[in-house]
Amino acid sequence: MQPDRAPALETTPLFETIRVSKAYGVYLALRDVSFQVSDGEFVSIVGPNGAGKTTLVNVVTGLLTPTRGEVRFLGGDIAGVGPVELARRGMSRTFQLVNIFPALTVRETLAVAVASRLRRVANPFRSLRRDDVLQAEAERVAEVLGLRARLDIVASTLSQGEKKLLDIASAFALNPTVILLDEPTSGVSTGDKHAIMEVLVTAAKAVGVRAIVQVEHDMDLVERYSHRIVALQEGSVLADMAPEAFFADPAMISAVVGTRRKTMRTP
Amino acid sequence: MSHTSIGISTPATAQRTLPRPTGLWVLLGLLTIMALLPLVASPYALLLMLPFIAYGIALLGFNLLFGTTGLLSFGHALFLGVGAYAAAVLTSKLGVLSFELLLVTAALASGVIALAVGALCVRYTRIFFGMLTLAFGMLFHSFLFKFYGLTGGDQGMRVLRPLLLGMEWRGGKTAFLTGPFYYYALALFALLGLAMWRITQSPFGLHLRAIRENAGKAAYVGVEIFRMRLAAFVISAVYGGIGGVILAVTTGLADPELAYWTHSGNLVFMAVLGGSGSFAGPAVGALAFVVLQDFVMSITQYWRFVMGGTLVLLVVFLPQGLSGAIELFAVRRKERPPHAA
Repeated sequence: MQPDRAPALETTPLFETIRVSKAYGVYLALRDVSFQVSDGEFVSIVGPNGAGKTTLVNVVTGLLTPTRGEVRFLGGDIAGVGPVELARRGMSRTFQLVNIFPALTVRETLAVAVASRLRRVANPFRSLRRDDVLQAEAERVAEVLGLRARLDIVASTLSQGEKKLLDIASAFALNPTVILLDEPTSGVSTGDKHAIMEVLVTAAKAVGVRAIVQVEHDMDLVERYSHRIVALQEGSVLADMAPEAFFADPAMISAVVGTRRKTMRTP
Repeated sequence: MSHTSIGISTPATAQRTLPRPTGLWVLLGLLTIMALLPLVASPYALLLMLPFIAYGIALLGFNLLFGTTGLLSFGHALFLGVGAYAAAVLTSKLGVLSFELLLVTAALASGVIALAVGALCVRYTRIFFGMLTLAFGMLFHSFLFKFYGLTGGDQGMRVLRPLLLGMEWRGGKTAFLTGPFYYYALALFALLGLAMWRITQSPFGLHLRAIRENAGKAAYVGVEIFRMRLAAFVISAVYGGIGGVILAVTTGLADPELAYWTHSGNLVFMAVLGGSGSFAGPAVGALAFVVLQDFVMSITQYWRFVMGGTLVLLVVFLPQGLSGAIELFAVRRKERPPHAA
C-alpha cells in the first residue's frame, strides 16, 4: 500500500473470489471471476464501463448475492452475509457517489462506525459525549484522514473533496482488515485526487489496513498506487498482472481503456 | 502533502456546526413553569395541563421514532389505547389500584405489542411504514369497538382513581387530579424526559440518527438497521402506553377513540406544530395543541376546520414548527448588528 509499490508481504490470500458469476435475468454481468488479494496489497480493478467492476464490488461486499461461486475472506465464505456482518468481520467499503450522513457532524459520522466496532449501542443510556475511548478513536481517525479541524462541522456543509474523504474515513473507522473503494476519487477535482490518494494510503498504514481494493478509472492513479491490476472485460477477468506489465502492453491498455490514452474517464 | 489541501472551499467558521444542546433545558424550563402553575392557575387550567403531560410523554417517544429515526407512524395512538385499556382492565376488572403497577403493566403491554407489530412494520420505510402502522392502529380500534364483552365497545371502560405510591386520596376528583396526580404526572414527565434525553445523546441514539440520515450507508458502518429501528419502535410504544395511562386516569375512561386514526393524526399534528427537529419541539407542540384546541372549541363548533387551517399554514410557513421559528428568531436577533448610539 505504498506509492513506490513495495511488494506484498505474504502470498496467503486475505480475500478471494472463486469462479464468481452474477446474472441479471439473461444478462451475465460477471462470469467465473476469480482473483485473490494478499496481505499488504493494493489491487486496482479496472475496465471499461459495463465491464462489471461495481457489480464485482457489490457482490464481494454482500450488497448482491452471487448467482454462482464463492467469496472467501480470512478463510470463511462471506457471499451474501450482509453489510453489518461484513463490517464485523473486518471488511469495509466506500461507494462511487459521495455517501454521507448529511446532518451529522464529522465527529458523529466517525463515532457511528466506532460505536459499532466497540459494541457501544446495547445500553441506550450510555453517554456518547463522555465515552472517552469512543471519542478518542473518532478523533484519531479524523486525525489520520486529515479531518481533525473539521470535527464539529456538519457533513452536508463540507466541500466535495472533504465529503469524499469523510466517506472514506468512516470506512477506516471500522479498523478494517480489507477496504474496498469504489472510485475513491470520483467527482473530485484533479488536484484533489492525488491528495485524497496520499491521505488514503497513509491512513491505511496508520490504522493497520492489510489490503486495499479499489475500482478506478483514472489510469494515472492506478499506475501510481497499485501493486496489481485486475482488468475486467464484459464480466470476465482479462488480465491479472503487475502494473509494469499492464502499462507496457499497448494492446492491453487499448482493450481496457478503449483508446491509447492513459486516463480513462466516465462520460 | 498537506491534508488540509483537499478541497477546502470555505473557512470553518462559515460552516454550520452542531447546534448547542438546548433541547433539554427548554423542556426542563417548561416543566419548572408547570410545577409553579398550581400557585397561580385555576383548576380548569390545571386539568387542561394533564392531557398536555400525557401527550408530552407520548410525543417524546413518538419523536424518537419520527424525528430521530425518521419513521413516521400514523398509528401511534394504538399505544395510548393500550395504556388506557391496561389501566381500565386493572382498576375496573382486576381491582388493582396501584398507579405504579398500572404504569409498569401499560409499559410492558405496549412494549410486547410493539415488538410484534414493529417486527413487521420496521422492515418498511416512508409511506409503507406509515400505512402499516395505520393499519395496525385501525385493527386495534376495531377490536376495542367490536369486542363489547371484553372492552365495553363504544361505551369504553371506566378507569378508577388509582393509589399514588400506595396512598389513597380522600378528597374530590378535581382536587386529586390537580393536586397529587398533577405533580406525580409532572415528575414522571421530567423523569421520562431525562431518560429520553440520555437515549438521544447515546451511541444508540446516534445510530438511530445515522439510520434516519442514510440507512444504506449506516449498514456498511455496522449499524444494525432492523434491530435499532425495532428498539426505537418499542421504546416509543412504551412512552405511548404511559401517556395513555395518564390520559385515561385524567378522563376516568378508556375509550376506543383513543386508538382511532384521527388520534394518531393529532399526535403527528402536535409533533409538526412543535417541530420534530428539536428535542423539546413535540412537547411544545403538545402544549400548543391542547391550549389551541381548547380555545378554538370554546369559540366555534367548526374547531376542526380551524385546526386544519392552522396545520396548512404551519406546513407552508413554519415547516420547522414553533421551536424552529423561535430558534430562527433567536438567531436573527443575535446576528443583528448593534444600533449606533
